[in-house]
Amino acid sequence: MKFGVVTFPGSNCDEDMVYVLGTLLNQKVERLWHKDTDLKGVDVVVLPGGFSYGDYLRSGAIARFSPIMEKVIEHCNKGGYAIGVCNGFQILCESGLLPGTLLHNNNQKFICKNVYIKPESKSAAITASLDKNKGYKIPIAHGEGRYFASKEVLEELNANDQILFRYCNENGEIDPSYNPNGAEQNIAGVTNKTKNVFGMMPHPERASDEELGNIDGKAMFESIIAQLN
Amino acid sequence: MQKTDTQPATLEQAKELGLLESEFEQIKEILGRTPNFTETCIYSAMWSEHCSYKNSIKYLKTLPRDGAHMLVKAGEENAGLVDIGNGLACAFKIESHNHPSALEPYQGAATGVGGINRDIFTMGARPVAQLNSLRFGNIDSDRTKWLLKGVTKGIGDYGNAFGIPTVGGEVFFDESFNTNPLVNAFSAGIMKVGGTISATSYGEGNPVFIVGSATGKDGILGASFASKDITEDSVNDLPAVQVGDPFQEKLLLEATLELAKTDAIVGMQDMGAAGITCSTSEMSGKEGFGMDVWLDKVPTRQDNMKPFEILCSESQERMLVVVHKGKEQVVQDIFDKWDLNCVQIGVVTKGGILNYYMYDELVASTPAEPLVLGGGAPVYDREFKEPAYYQEYKKFDLNTVQEPTDYKEVAMQLIQLPNVASKRFVYEQYDSMVGTVNMSTNNPSDAALVNVKGTDTALAMTVDCNSRYVHADPVKGTEIAVSEAARNIVCSGGIPSAITNCLNFGNPYNPESYWQFVGAIKGMGNACRKFDTPVTGGNVSFYNQTSIDGVETPVFPTPTIGMIGIVPSKDNVMSIPFKNNEDHIFLIGESKNDISSSEYLANIVGVKGSPAPAFDLDEEYQLQETIKELINNKLINAAHDCADGGLFTAVFEMAYPNAFGFEITSDSELRKDAFLFGEAQSRVVVGVSDDKLDAFVEFMAQSETAFSQLGNVTKQDVVVDEENWGNINEIKALYLTSIENKMNK
Repeated sequence: MKFGVVTFPGSNCDEDMVYVLGTLLNQKVERLWHKDTDLKGVDVVVLPGGFSYGDYLRSGAIARFSPIMEKVIEHCNKGGYAIGVCNGFQILCESGLLPGTLLHNNNQKFICKNVYIKPESKSAAITASLDKNKGYKIPIAHGEGRYFASKEVLEELNANDQILFRYCNENGEIDPSYNPNGAEQNIAGVTNKTKNVFGMMPHPERASDEELGNIDGKAMFESIIAQLN
Repeated sequence: MQKTDTQPATLEQAKELGLLESEFEQIKEILGRTPNFTETCIYSAMWSEHCSYKNSIKYLKTLPRDGAHMLVKAGEENAGLVDIGNGLACAFKIESHNHPSALEPYQGAATGVGGINRDIFTMGARPVAQLNSLRFGNIDSDRTKWLLKGVTKGIGDYGNAFGIPTVGGEVFFDESFNTNPLVNAFSAGIMKVGGTISATSYGEGNPVFIVGSATGKDGILGASFASKDITEDSVNDLPAVQVGDPFQEKLLLEATLELAKTDAIVGMQDMGAAGITCSTSEMSGKEGFGMDVWLDKVPTRQDNMKPFEILCSESQERMLVVVHKGKEQVVQDIFDKWDLNCVQIGVVTKGGILNYYMYDELVASTPAEPLVLGGGAPVYDREFKEPAYYQEYKKFDLNTVQEPTDYKEVAMQLIQLPNVASKRFVYEQYDSMVGTVNMSTNNPSDAALVNVKGTDTALAMTVDCNSRYVHADPVKGTEIAVSEAARNIVCSGGIPSAITNCLNFGNPYNPESYWQFVGAIKGMGNACRKFDTPVTGGNVSFYNQTSIDGVETPVFPTPTIGMIGIVPSKDNVMSIPFKNNEDHIFLIGESKNDISSSEYLANIVGVKGSPAPAFDLDEEYQLQETIKELINNKLINAAHDCADGGLFTAVFEMAYPNAFGFEITSDSELRKDAFLFGEAQSRVVVGVSDDKLDAFVEFMAQSETAFSQLGNVTKQDVVVDEENWGNINEIKALYLTSIENKMNK
């Protein structure tokens, strides 16, 4: 299996993602450039965090028009896998590959800290192998991470097992008081109807290296690898 | 072209630009004629304190600048460079952006972050971590809240988008900073030894490129602006504040590091203070070459910019690159890839003369060497005088302070003081984890620890200065600042390596301010020699004072120390939090009957004038050697130094991260307030697990360093002298929310 990590101008978590997938998880990783018009045969496209195109206009709004995104949309529409983390999640929503949108945090500030998220979807590759009763400690770092969708869309997401993660406490209890940014229904990540596109605000790649004292995020990549192999 | 710019300048114009009459005369002598307005602007910028260090260099030269690890001499390059093993080097530097931040906190702070990072990557190093050291006035004032919010958001928005983690820092509040805050930004980068790009220019006929953002009218003569007092009229200087674009900086970083891997570059320098003027003259002045520069070729944001505006603009995210002739296309291709401007604006010439042209008209001409530090820029020896307060403070008598009747109440107040309470409001707005190198996120340590991936080493880094101590006693206070930085590194498992400094003082023409400066340099030299941590460079920021109705009030003198250390093995990493219930708590170092200059004395008792706290450099050195040995021998599992807020605060800060409590007993031979809240230096609280207790005691008994048992870790209760002060989580909540509550009021 081969991962492809896309670098947009302004991406800043691309190398972190390459390090985790390539060095820590021994996966084949291809670097993809925003001007590329070829996905180089990768199985899973990874859209990393950062501030693509400076996040001018709106987070992710310009990136979706880049040459590589045309190919990513094609790939996903054919059932190919893609994961977007933070800015990558924003780009996936802007591209219409995932439902909903990410708004400014309700305190109007950038927030960087460890939070806990509880995996939910039983049918998505990224959560399938995870402990559904556990709160995973994963950091967030965003100014626009408040997940929002219409009532109808939210109902559909719940009905179709499309909620990947919800914000919770260390014991896995979900409550509005553990919601760091005001996201609807504590939603931290979602998948599409066909369960091949994953988006999440928290950064699992920042919680994958034992030398940093937290490997809760590594389990999420391992789940994808296990499910797809 | 307006003729007035090429007409001889008048003395009035020169003075308006901040030059002294004697300096104007000196320029006439150098040029053999009266400079025109454009040339006068050039000299004004280059001879400003910000660029020339004219009022400080005499003393800066007394600082130790050599050490085993040093790869470049202080001041030689854009930043200091030390060997960190494994064929790698660390470039690091700290710089101030005080004056811009006082007027426009968001952009002022943001561009401070941009500037310091450019200093690092212009050398060919990839920035890996940032820290910052901030000073504000009374937190209850609306101005302070405005400044704190703006500065924090500015640092966050720029650093977060740029993509380098902010791993640590300090925030200090005192009324002396009410008008003039201090914003000091630190950055460190890693590169291969031998991969340095120099800030130099040579080789007749080599092309000179400007790369990065277009040049606009922002920040014109900012260097001169930074070299005068902040007054009620300063708001008129707003165009002297630059505007930052972290997206451009990120692209510039990637393009620059790609360029560094080629053999196309002769030299490169970022454009900070004094823009094109400074970069062209500093690069040329070193090797005796000159440059012909065509200002009309510079990409500009506005039409009809005048030569002096182009020369002195401090628009951000720009670099000057001198390229080997014939390699122009290599440079062009890389910058095209990153969609950045890259335009040849000049050529290297023989003979050391800088000629600036605008559409074939020579608009300014001067030798490069007299413009630069170490060349012909003026050097002054300012008068200094001991201020009366210094002896007054020494008269402070501990016995005039009544001991508190309710210790619990005082302790709770203390941990909620802005200088002691959690700075969560600030640091959660910074991306501290991008880059996946921050080893202190999940296991906090006194100095920030940065993983050097693929090796067994880590970098330890910290910024420290207690401005109140330096005000009370510049020599001792600065010795303490260096010592605390070293102590933080040692308590994290590191070996101190070298420092960079950011010297924030008042007006150098004020003899009492200058006395503080001279004393601080002396103290810094003493301590840096003791710890073998040479000074790799830094920055001087004078004129930090408030001038209201003609009365100048300097800020607390603040020689911020940025220190780098090396953790030789990741096995040695030491952290703050207690690890197990019932672990033993010991104090290494000696408790003293001293509350001088403590948070407790200044902000709870309300006595503002007292000497610096008890401190002895030899005792401090001995303490740090002992801590290093304890870590090497694996005898302790937690370490935290006693700093602001004293011993009680230190123990509390070790307990709350893992939600433990503690039970401690005070020393009956000392005043209880001095024991719990005093800030006598050279003390470290450590945690010892039960199975290491005997070996620990045996080791300490043989050591020359004093030690005493404080008590032990408990499940959740905080107990002092058998009095229960409550549950740790309740105290933690007070500590975490104090600043947030004040800011949201």
